[in-house]
Amino acid sequence: MLRVESLSKTFGKGSTNEKLALNEVNLSLQEGEFVTIIGGNGAGKSTLLNCISGVYEIDEGRIILDSKDVTSDPEYKRSRNIGRVFQDPLKGTAHDMTIEENLAIAFAKGKSVGLQSGVTKKDTTLFKERLELLDLGLENRIKQKVGLLSGGQRQALTLLMATIIKPRLLLLDEHTAALDPTIARKVLSLTRKLVSEEKLCTLMITHNMKASLEYGTRTIMMHGGKIMMDLQGEERKDMTVDRLIEQFEKRSGAELDNDRMLLG
Amino acid sequence: MSVMVLLGSIELGIIYAIMALGVFVSFRTLNMPDLSVDGSFVLGAAVSAVMSLNGHPFLGLGIAFIAGCGAGSITALLHTKLKIQPLLAGILTMLALYSLNLKVMSGRANIPLINKATVFKPFEGIILGGYDYSKLLFSLAVLTLLLLLLFLFLKTRLGFVLRATGDNDQMVRALGVNTDLVILVGLALSNGLVAVAGALIAQSQSFVDVGMGIGMVVIGLASVIIGEVVFGVSSLLRRLIAVILGSILYRLIIAFALEIGMPPTDLKLVSAVIVALAMSMPILKKRFL
Ligand SMILES: Nc1ncnc2c1ncn2[C@@H]1O[C@H](COP(=O)(O)OP(=O)(O)OP(=O)(O)O)[C@@H](O)[C@H]1O
Ligand SMILES: [Mg+2]
Repeated sequence: MLRVESLSKTFGKGSTNEKLALNEVNLSLQEGEFVTIIGGNGAGKSTLLNCISGVYEIDEGRIILDSKDVTSDPEYKRSRNIGRVFQDPLKGTAHDMTIEENLAIAFAKGKSVGLQSGVTKKDTTLFKERLELLDLGLENRIKQKVGLLSGGQRQALTLLMATIIKPRLLLLDEHTAALDPTIARKVLSLTRKLVSEEKLCTLMITHNMKASLEYGTRTIMMHGGKIMMDLQGEERKDMTVDRLIEQFEKRSGAELDNDRMLLG
Repeated sequence: MSVMVLLGSIELGIIYAIMALGVFVSFRTLNMPDLSVDGSFVLGAAVSAVMSLNGHPFLGLGIAFIAGCGAGSITALLHTKLKIQPLLAGILTMLALYSLNLKVMSGRANIPLINKATVFKPFEGIILGGYDYSKLLFSLAVLTLLLLLLFLFLKTRLGFVLRATGDNDQMVRALGVNTDLVILVGLALSNGLVAVAGALIAQSQSFVDVGMGIGMVVIGLASVIIGEVVFGVSSLLRRLIAVILGSILYRLIIAFALEIGMPPTDLKLVSAVIVALAMSMPILKKRFL
């Protein structure tokens, strides 16, 4: 489904603050897998997702999506098969446009963008149905600007936009990190619901160790631009947060620097 | 202010409103400061003058639009393909257009259109109280048509994507749309409108001068901002109409400035002050109200 082959990425090549962010990363995802990614600050998690989605050009390696080499495809082309939700709630929506208009752009993914009507009655009915799933009452505010929504409401909307046309791959980069705990939980359980209903192949970065084991079917841990640990099956079922931290420190030879990872 | 001056100002405001709508598309919808406007305004005027000399004033409006679209496309390509900052890309196009406009005008710095066929000729003679309304009415018809088309366009799927690109281009790319292409369409449309305004001004004053575009972008921006401050931004249609009213209001302010004895050579200074004032309105309001 997704294959990342010896992917390397260095920022600021040749400058004094040259930084090797990804070091020959290999990763292979099966159909329907829901992978959680953990790791300390600067481990390379976001960079990995950004390389897969085409935000950054990579230095070496290949990215294969559905047995097609997409390494040289521009970001927008890859996006037709990839849904994304970012950490910053402001990044996923157009704040000066209405909920309905935002959804309409998401719903046009992969279709031709021309002079057809931006949103039809039929679309609106469908959008309302989908918004009801969120259970946030947004179906009654469809003509309101997204700028009026809270961060949590926006993330839920972005999640809906990322999946309204079923993507082959869903990439979530700490998409609940900026939300307060109650809303974060709600968005997480919504994520689980959408992913399992649609059997979406998903990569989710989280800083919450507990959530990384609780959600998904597989957990990988990154450190220094490499994948240090790949947990699945029985081994993952028996894993606890404490043992995960212990394992991390053993394998990376580093103290877990990231306080916020322990929370939750 | 006499009725004549008042009507004259409204007439100018209506024509310049077409340019202001173009500026609205780049500055507000695409969120991109595009300075090619000064050049594409003259380009439209020059093209339309040459077409008038050849007896095709109406066709000239259409060709002016297309020429403006071309100018906007150059700015867009400089920015998206060659990664030149929007501000500089616009300045480069503006500069290049100065030479190009002279070429269109066969090397002459100005072209008079006295006694030549203009778009207003067929309507001349709608006189009431000593004022010939033909220019005002024809310009109003063109403006209304363009306003309607622009509004409908912004409600299409492409229009949605255009607005979203100015708002959050990252999201638009994440949703599978090539934002480079969207920027191209937006800047083409914007400069096309500006060129039509240039064409109508040339036809209206029966005269084209290669320097007539200086400061146009500031005037367009002034209209957009005055419109927003005075008439509001609550809905898309309202925003567009506010731009038009802003343009008319701007002309009335200028007419008033002349009326109280300001020399015409100071007008650019007045424009700059108006824009600076209008843009700092939110801060001024906070400080002093
Ligand atoms: N655009 C960029 N330019 C330069 N350096 C960058 C850029 N993006 C990331 N880096 C560097 O690459 C390394 C990996 O960063 P990345 O954002 O992938 O970490 P992360 O695992 O997502 O961390 P966090 O948990 O803080 O989000 C870091 O050292 C970071 O400073
Ligand atoms: Mg990150």
